[in-house]
Amino acid sequence: MNTLYRSMLGGRSGLIGLAILAGLLLIVFPLLLEPFRLNMMGKYLSLAFVAIALVMCWGYGGIMSLGQGLFWGLGGYCMAAFLKLEAARNIASEAGTDQIKALSTVGLPDFMDWNQITELPWFWYPFKSFPLTLALMIVVPTVIAYIIGTAMFKRRVGGVYFAIITQALCWAMEILFVTRQGWTGGINGITDLRTLLGWDIRTPSAQSSIYFMTVVGILVCIVLGRWLLNSKFGRLLVAVRDMEDRVRFSGYDVANLKTTVFCIAAAMSAVGGAFFVLNVGFMSPKLVTIEPSIYMVIFCAVGGRMSLIGAVYGTLAVSYGRTFFSEEFPALWYFLMGSVFILVTMVFPDGLAGAATRGVPAAWRWLTRNFREPPPAPATAAVKEAQP
Amino acid sequence: MIYPHFALELEELTVSFDGFKAVNGVTLYVSKDELRVIIGPNGAGKTTLLDLICGRTKPTDGKITFMDKTLTRLPEQEIVRAGVVRKFQTPSIYPKLTVFENLEISHPKGRTAFGAIFFRRTSDVVDRIHEVAKEIYLADLLETEAEKLSHGQKQWLEIGMLLMADPQLLLLDEPVAGMSVREREQTAELLRRICKGRSAVVIEHDMKFVRRIADKVTVMHQGKVLAEGPMDDIEKDPRVVEVYLGH
Repeated sequence: MNTLYRSMLGGRSGLIGLAILAGLLLIVFPLLLEPFRLNMMGKYLSLAFVAIALVMCWGYGGIMSLGQGLFWGLGGYCMAAFLKLEAARNIASEAGTDQIKALSTVGLPDFMDWNQITELPWFWYPFKSFPLTLALMIVVPTVIAYIIGTAMFKRRVGGVYFAIITQALCWAMEILFVTRQGWTGGINGITDLRTLLGWDIRTPSAQSSIYFMTVVGILVCIVLGRWLLNSKFGRLLVAVRDMEDRVRFSGYDVANLKTTVFCIAAAMSAVGGAFFVLNVGFMSPKLVTIEPSIYMVIFCAVGGRMSLIGAVYGTLAVSYGRTFFSEEFPALWYFLMGSVFILVTMVFPDGLAGAATRGVPAAWRWLTRNFREPPPAPATAAVKEAQP
Repeated sequence: MIYPHFALELEELTVSFDGFKAVNGVTLYVSKDELRVIIGPNGAGKTTLLDLICGRTKPTDGKITFMDKTLTRLPEQEIVRAGVVRKFQTPSIYPKLTVFENLEISHPKGRTAFGAIFFRRTSDVVDRIHEVAKEIYLADLLETEAEKLSHGQKQWLEIGMLLMADPQLLLLDEPVAGMSVREREQTAELLRRICKGRSAVVIEHDMKFVRRIADKVTVMHQGKVLAEGPMDDIEKDPRVVEVYLGH
C-alpha cells in the first residue's frame, strides 16, 4: 500500500498536485463555468490525454512524435463509427414507412448513402458492438504504433527523422480519410452523432456528465503514467533518452523499450480522441492532421515535458489562449502562438511545471527581498551581527 | 597439439569500411583470468576491434567465439547477456539519474519492457548495488546525480555498471583517460581486483598503467596484430619501438 502510494500518487507532493488539479477540474470549473464553456473545457481535456502521452514518450523517452494526432484520431474515429451506426439505426426506426422507402439503404450511415455505398463495409461491422468498439479503440492505434515502432526503432531511426516520419504518416492518414469518402465521411468527417447506447449525448446534463467522465479519464491516465514512470521502466526511458548506447550495452533491447512506450502513448492518445467525440459529437479529418499534432507537442512543451500534471495545465492554457485570441485577433494568433512557444522553450525549458516548482519560490524570494519594508537602520546592523 | 581452452577467440577478424580495412585479419586468444591490454598508435583499429567484439560493428569476415558461443552475428543485447560488457572511451553514464539508479538499471533483473515495469527493488538488488558501489569507491555518493560526479568517478561508475551484471569478459576502452595520478593507481587496483575469475581486454595508452595491469600485451598497427607477449618483451621489440613506443 505504501509503495503504491509512492509510485502511483507520487508521495505527498505528488498527491497535493493531483488534488489541486482534481479540485480545479471537478469542483471549481463546474461551479464557475457556464455549460458552453465547461463543454469547451471537456474538449480541451480530451487533447490533454495526448499531452500526457507525450510527456511519457517525448519528455521521458526522448521520442518526439509530431504525428500523435494519428492515434488520437483513430480512437476518435472508432468511437464516432459506433455512434454513427447507432444514429443510423435510430433514424431508420424513427422514420415513417414512406421515408424508409425513400431511403435506398436502411440503417446505413448517411454519408455512405450519399456515396452510393449500399452495403456496410466489412470493417464497419465490429462497430455495431460497444464492447468491440472499446476494444478496437485501444487495439487499432496500439497495433499501428507497434508496427511503426518496430519498423523505425529496430532500424535505429530516431530524433528528427522519426518526427518527420510520424508527421508524414499523420498526413497520409488524413488523405486516406478524406479520399475514402464512402467509408469515412470524407472531408466532413462523421457528423450528427446523437446517442450513446440510447443516452442522448447532446443534452446539457449529458454534456456535463461527459465532462466529468473526461476528467476521471485524465486523472486515471496521470496515476497510470506516474506508476509507469516511477518504475524501473521510467528510469530506463530517461536512460534511453540520454545515453541510448549505454542501455543497449547493458543488455536491453532498446527498440523494444521505445516501441512499448510509443504503444502506451498511442493507446492513451486514442482514449482522448474517443472522449473528444463524446464531448463535441463529431469527428473530422481536419482534427487529426499535422497542425493539431504540432499543437499537441506545444501543449506538452508549455506544460513542461517532464510533468504529467503540467501537461494538463499546458493544454488548458494554450487551448484557452487559442480560443480567446483567435476570437479577438484571428490574424495575430499564429504569431502569438509561435512567440509563446519560443519564449517558453527559452525561458522555461521545463514549462509551466518548471515555473511552478522553481520559478514561483524564486519569484517569492525576490519579491520578499525587494518589497519588504526597509527596517530601521540600527535593526539592520543588529541582524547583520547576529548572522555570521 | 592441444590448444589450451580460451575464453575469447577471434579468428581472422576483418571489417572493411568502403574498402578500408580498419581491422584486417586479426586473430587473438584471451584466456579466462587474463587481463589483456591492446596498445598501438591512433587509427590502429583498437576501438574498432572492441566494437566488433561487442556487436556495435558487424565484421565483414572472421569469427568471434566466447565461451564456446559464437557471437559474430548476435545483436548487442544478446552479446551482453552472454557475459560480454563494454565500457566506452568517454564515460557513458545516465547524467540525470543518481549513482544508485545508474547501477540499478545495470542490474540484469527486469531487462524486458514488462519486466522493467514490474521490477521491484528487492533486498538482493540493493545489496548488490551497495557491494558494487563500495568496490568502485562510490559508496558515499549513491544518492548523487551522476552528472555531478568528477570525471574519474564517472569512469568508475561506468565500470561499476558493467560489474552489476557479473560479466565474464570486460572490454574497457581507455579506462584511465583524464584521471589524476592517484585515481590511476586506484583504478589499476580496481581492475586487478575485479578481473579475478574473469577476462578483460583493455585499450590503454599510459605505459606505466599498462605495465601495472597487463598480463599480456597485444600491439596493433594498421588493423593488424604487430606483436604480442608480455610487456617486457614487447618493449624490446624493434618493430613496436618503431611504430609506437619510439615516439
